[in-house]
Amino acid sequence: MRRTKRRSLHWLDYLIAAVVVAFIAVIWLRISGTLNYKWQWERIPNYILRWDEADGRWVANLLLQGLITTIRIAIYSGILALILGTLLGIARTSTNLVIRMLARTYLEVLRNIPPVVVVFIFFFFLSQQLIAVLNMETWARGIARQDDIAVWEFFFGDMRRFPSLISGVIVLALFESAFVGEIVRAGIQSIPRGQREAARSIGMSWTDEMRFIVMPQALRKVLPPLSNQFISLVKDSSIISLISVQELTYKTVELVASTRMIFEAWIATACLYFILCFGLSLLFRRLETGGKHKPR
Amino acid sequence: MTAAPPIIELCHVDKYFGPFQALTDINFAVRQGERVVVCGPSGSGKSTMIRCINRLEEHDAGTITVDGILLGDDTKDIRAVRQDVGMVFQQFNLFPHLTVLENLTIGPIRVRKMDKAAAEALGRKYLDRVHIPEQADKFPSQLSGGQQQRVAIARSLCMEPKIMLFDEPTSALDPEMISEVLEAMVELANSGMTMVCVTHEMGFARRVADKMVFMEAGRIVETAPPGEFFTAPKSDRARMFLDQILEH
Ligand SMILES: Nc1ncnc2c1ncn2[C@@H]1O[C@H](COP(=O)(O)OP(=O)(O)OP(=O)(O)O)[C@@H](O)[C@H]1O
Ligand SMILES: [Mg+2]
Repeated sequence: MRRTKRRSLHWLDYLIAAVVVAFIAVIWLRISGTLNYKWQWERIPNYILRWDEADGRWVANLLLQGLITTIRIAIYSGILALILGTLLGIARTSTNLVIRMLARTYLEVLRNIPPVVVVFIFFFFLSQQLIAVLNMETWARGIARQDDIAVWEFFFGDMRRFPSLISGVIVLALFESAFVGEIVRAGIQSIPRGQREAARSIGMSWTDEMRFIVMPQALRKVLPPLSNQFISLVKDSSIISLISVQELTYKTVELVASTRMIFEAWIATACLYFILCFGLSLLFRRLETGGKHKPR
Repeated sequence: MTAAPPIIELCHVDKYFGPFQALTDINFAVRQGERVVVCGPSGSGKSTMIRCINRLEEHDAGTITVDGILLGDDTKDIRAVRQDVGMVFQQFNLFPHLTVLENLTIGPIRVRKMDKAAAEALGRKYLDRVHIPEQADKFPSQLSGGQQQRVAIARSLCMEPKIMLFDEPTSALDPEMISEVLEAMVELANSGMTMVCVTHEMGFARRVADKMVFMEAGRIVETAPPGEFFTAPKSDRARMFLDQILEH
């Protein structure tokens, strides 16, 4: 039996609301009573958008810069994690034992080590080495010195910080790929055996079978968990502030250090993360219900 | 007897699932253009045997030769065989994310490397052949079971195979849809296709079969022309089986 959700409020709902408000008020009074803290909310908007007198235009300040970097990182590492995770998911369902074991090991290692530790290890052992090998520092500085770098800056922000951004993207993507891999594996395994047999029986190669029959169906099925994972990725991206990637959390730490507005800055940042993640989840929900009209 | 070598030949084939022996010493040959109907009780290994022919199952002993190619571990050989051998499944196994026409053209386009226009022309030709040209742009889930199975037959035919395998193509269908699928199969038989059908549709077997194969517990118990098989089966097991299914 399905119960429909009530839309109107009951007296009990008012009671619950009153208790919650009272609780918050008590906490609030205690903080303001004991802390002797001078709230400076009026200064926060300035750290999002700042009026540049010299240029005569609005420019992004610390918090918005951080937010934009967070969005960039989320997009790039989301794409990278999807690619790696898809490969990992396929490897997990491989008939080859060695491939399967390697994928399993990768997954279990990542699942059983705290994310912060994973981030440091990946950072020092992988992305640092990779950046050194590719000579990325010099390359990025070269680009930064060029005149026409608007396109580069649009995609990657300050080019002098490019290597750091890329490390962040790689670290985060490697970390998330393990979870994406599990989601993809579940998707692949949910495709009935008959689908693959039918593909094989018309002579399709393994690659074509995966590419045209299995993956399109599997990815469509796992779209909801994949979008949830993407939202997790946005939240997890705050961890890479530890390796000095200048995303929202890092910028907030900076802001707090220079202005001492501990509460305002962190609450503002929390709101920014919330808006971003909640917005994404509303968007994904809408896309999902919108896509329901197509036949399976 | 003509001397043409058989297009399918199984010699002393054994097949195990773990410790369980699903096929024991299967010897079986099909000549070009021959229509063979395989029957037998549930679990007797009928599916396993015909799935070995296009190597959806790997046999463990003996040899299987299809159109001159010896089935082994060579993936090229296996794919070559599969292009020549169409298969129709009990559960249709149409690709649900593709339209009917795309279901038909994906093989020709991806495997035979045909261009899209030619593949679509081919697809429409075979949809016509199974009498559902108007369903080309629907998705499989929008069709009835009988229509889906006919699409599955057309999908196999689009690869222009030399041999068609059918694994109980009508057992998942509602009774009123069985005849439309059987009709498509009879027409195919009349066009001279080499066919191996696992089915319990004895009316169909009487009409088209050149040879009946009766299986029991992983062995071929009896092979006979349909006239002989239906009127005077040699083995008791076959007689009992026939009594059972012809009662209905
Ligand atoms: N993948 C498998 N793993 C283990 N045992 C299997 C597998 N496939 C089939 N078998 C077993 O092999 C035997 C033969 O199966 P098969 O499907 O070939 O029978 P069948 O004659 O087609 O029966 P039905 O009329 O029910 O389709 C059965 O006992 C079955 O349990
Ligand atoms: Mg069967």
